[in-house]
Amino acid sequence: MKENIIIESGALFQPFNYSIGLYGSKFFKELTDNRKFFGTKCQKCNKVYIPPRKVCGPCFSEMTEFVEVGPKGVIGTYTILRYAFIDPETGEQKPVPYGYGFIKLDGADTLFQHYINIEDESKVKIGARVEPVFSEEKKGTIKDILYFKIID
Amino acid sequence: MSKKRVAIVGTGQTFHKSHRPDVNGQELINEAVQRALCDANLKINDIDAIVIGNMDHFEGINYVDCWSVDGSGGVMKPIIKLTTGGTTGSTIAIGGYHLVASGIFEKVLIIGWEKNSESDTTGAITTAFDPVWDRLVFAGAISGLAAEAQAYISKYGASDKDGARVSVRDRKHACNNPHAQLRKEVSIEDVLASPMLADPIHLLDVCPRTDGACAVIMASDDCAEKITPTPDWIVATSSRHKYTYLGDVNWGQLDSMALASKEIYKKAGIKEPRKEINVIELYQPYSFAGIIWIEDLGIAEKGNGSEYIWSGATDMGGELPINPSGGVIACNPIGATGLIRCAEAALQIMGKAETRQVPDVKLALSSGFGGCMWTDLILHSKKKPDF
Repeated sequence: MKENIIIESGALFQPFNYSIGLYGSKFFKELTDNRKFFGTKCQKCNKVYIPPRKVCGPCFSEMTEFVEVGPKGVIGTYTILRYAFIDPETGEQKPVPYGYGFIKLDGADTLFQHYINIEDESKVKIGARVEPVFSEEKKGTIKDILYFKIID
Repeated sequence: MSKKRVAIVGTGQTFHKSHRPDVNGQELINEAVQRALCDANLKINDIDAIVIGNMDHFEGINYVDCWSVDGSGGVMKPIIKLTTGGTTGSTIAIGGYHLVASGIFEKVLIIGWEKNSESDTTGAITTAFDPVWDRLVFAGAISGLAAEAQAYISKYGASDKDGARVSVRDRKHACNNPHAQLRKEVSIEDVLASPMLADPIHLLDVCPRTDGACAVIMASDDCAEKITPTPDWIVATSSRHKYTYLGDVNWGQLDSMALASKEIYKKAGIKEPRKEINVIELYQPYSFAGIIWIEDLGIAEKGNGSEYIWSGATDMGGELPINPSGGVIACNPIGATGLIRCAEAALQIMGKAETRQVPDVKLALSSGFGGCMWTDLILHSKKKPDF
């Protein structure tokens, strides 16, 4: 695990780079190369965290074990954003309305945030089963996942 | 050095509006400072130190402690800036309390302020969250709050109407407060007919963007009663910052509020908060929090928050009035908002709350909310604490 990924701001120039650390890098490498999700497990409290991180906050102990989770899961909670606003990262308007979900990936104890497909709003519910839809292009960012779709 | 008792001896607020182009930040700060000094009948030379705070990068200017010294009164004084997002106003109050309680300073001036009109609030809040894991979908404060409300509704059941009832209460209370930005009564129907921002939150369920400032003067036991015959004694404070990533949050309840309230009740020997506390100034940025968080405060049983609200118990004249000032959904200059809760609780204890005064207040609770679902609490008392 030597790859150290840096996320860049995209086409519009912004003078910022973000280091995501070696644990985050492992996540994005597995997501991009193998379309797999990896979290980290705390040996002390057995909690599986996504995104993966080095320290279990409540235990304050170092985590070293990676665990594959998902790719399927259920909606933990959600909302549908309906008001127009500018994405401060791109300067462009967000594509409202959009579904925003906290997904409990199978095997994880924390939730993973992403877009939820809202083609049929009546199906968007807490507890609904979802799976990721990936982009064809592999960029190595969170946008390699286009959204989660409801499969119930 | 032993711990000193601390009291609020003066408060000052600006007139809050959505836009204050008539003043720059320094001048806005000065308005609140002058009013607090006048309220306590003190001169700036009497002040030993200053704590100031706002939301980072909301006004496009950083280091407020540096550029505002003329207006804040900070020239050649110890001055500290604290900023913790939404909790900034309550954090500066707790920070000021620590400076006086430690015995290091006798009189401390605490200033919270914001000019929300000078930036894009949703954009600015979004950039306070993790760029890689949180920002793709996060849409400022409303998106997280909507997720909390959905989880609560799914777990315990509640409706748009229940949320609207809280909004109707606070907007009615605000009519009594000359410092509130929005002073117009609304009906349940008005709230439900207002545009849906993020399910289940309507426009009239949430707080506005406000320009404004608030200042509070805290003094030690050695001089508080010489400054005012009715000091607001601070019994205890508590703070809980629980999560880093939004996905870690235990949605549907406010864990940090439950833990912070447990701690503060223990410190103060409170067994039945609903009966012992006379008034609450709750940092409640949207209506559903008025249902959910009173459960976490131990005021209502889990799942019974709506019922308690509908009973009228939290209205003016009820068992435990909440937000006599109209609260955050009537006025929200973010960096000042938590300090306004503290100042309003102090006014209630001091008997200076005028048309929004709750009769015979002995114990008041004020709160701050922000960051990644974090809580600050301050307990105020008419009686000097025993410790």
